[in-house]
Amino acid sequence: MSNLRLIARLDIKGPNLIKGVHLEGLRVIGDPQEYARQYYEQGADELIYMDVVASLYGRNNLSDIVKYTTNNVFIPFTVGGGVRTISDVDNLLRSGADKVAVNTAAVSRPELLSEIASRFGSQCLVLSVEAKKISEGCWEVYTDNGREKTGKNVLEWVAEATNRGVGEILLTSIDMEGTRRGFDVELTKAVSTSVTVPVIASGGMGSTNDFCDVVDTGKADAVAMADVLHYGRLTIPEIRNVAKAHGCAVRDF
Amino acid sequence: MHTAVTIIDYGIGNLRSVISAFDHLNIEVSLASKPSEVLNANRLILPGVGAFGDAAKELRSKDLNKVIIEFINDKKPFLGICVGMQLMLSASEEFGSHAGLDIISGNVTRIPTTPLIEGPHKVPHVGWNALSISKQKNINYEFFKGIDDGDSTYFVHSYMGIPTDEANVLAGVDYNGYRIPAVIGRNDCFGCQFHPEKSGPVGLQFLKNFASL
Repeated sequence: MSNLRLIARLDIKGPNLIKGVHLEGLRVIGDPQEYARQYYEQGADELIYMDVVASLYGRNNLSDIVKYTTNNVFIPFTVGGGVRTISDVDNLLRSGADKVAVNTAAVSRPELLSEIASRFGSQCLVLSVEAKKISEGCWEVYTDNGREKTGKNVLEWVAEATNRGVGEILLTSIDMEGTRRGFDVELTKAVSTSVTVPVIASGGMGSTNDFCDVVDTGKADAVAMADVLHYGRLTIPEIRNVAKAHGCAVRDF
Repeated sequence: MHTAVTIIDYGIGNLRSVISAFDHLNIEVSLASKPSEVLNANRLILPGVGAFGDAAKELRSKDLNKVIIEFINDKKPFLGICVGMQLMLSASEEFGSHAGLDIISGNVTRIPTTPLIEGPHKVPHVGWNALSISKQKNINYEFFKGIDDGDSTYFVHSYMGIPTDEANVLAGVDYNGYRIPAVIGRNDCFGCQFHPEKSGPVGLQFLKNFASL
């Protein structure tokens, strides 16, 4: 298999890097550019930027951080939040983004996924899934950064989306997000074993044990980290060393 | 007035990241879309994403294929990136059969979807992979200056370019048992399957080395 990817996730509101709990109660952390540069220098394999209020206001406002990243950070990066049209995707890719993440707009019009995949290729299309547990083995898709229920079943939705050409899934557990109590390993496993595209586990990492669990049991192909990095509780080199000692294939940096 | 590096702009792929990488290195770049601009370049980069056939067609429709070969025959440094590297070979089987520039003899074929070793195997090959550098004769290894065996670079592709002569494979990566050529070349002419502009300090080093050839 490919190397396991260590991804720094930066949720952004206006000019600020922010962090919430269960995707709510957002707190300002600082200047996203400083954090992006730091994670690049520490050897993050990729970066993800999410504009957390974009779909609420119907626009994506990440042009400053996208521009900064293109000029200063030379690793792949994904941009999400408020991506709703082919022209949004075109603009982001032209600005230097490698992939776009789509959630709300795809739920309301799944054809958007097929359109993006056939125009720009599956390699640049990430489906962002915000999942909330309803019962054992059953999760519901939410949109608008965890605000809106959709009635869609997560496993059915990822199956449809991958058929439409999604190249990767960013899977965020609303229940675990920001709690530092570990990933929803069952959710990650359920999705990862049901699709053929890579799954990025997101939401809940508090320790290196959580990391090992979501890789071993959850079968994650990549791990997105936010809180744990932003507050400096762990660094990417520390996580990389633990992953290596644990027997995970990771990039030598 | 000619810049250190010239990037071929033929309407295929986004050049923004490659330009940014050279800006960051304080190396002057320009874009070329006309045959005369290509011929007059000091060093030439052929980028490319998407399908081989579309890219080859665009090159031909802009009358760029012959001047690229002429440029290389002048022994000036050339670098193909991703599909740009694949275009250096003779032909591709991606969505039908398409002729390449035939700068290096060889073919582009799909990465097999059956793994040679146990475990998950996904195509496209996406992510960071470690280079193993093979020493060949008559190659300018200045291109590899400061690069170590085992350094990782970033890949995203479903097809791989295989030179007929193993001597043209300068570095490879192992992907679940398949050896995928990562750098191909002859003389001062190179092709990278990975994206140097997205491969962190290692990738930037390759671009810096290229601009010094």
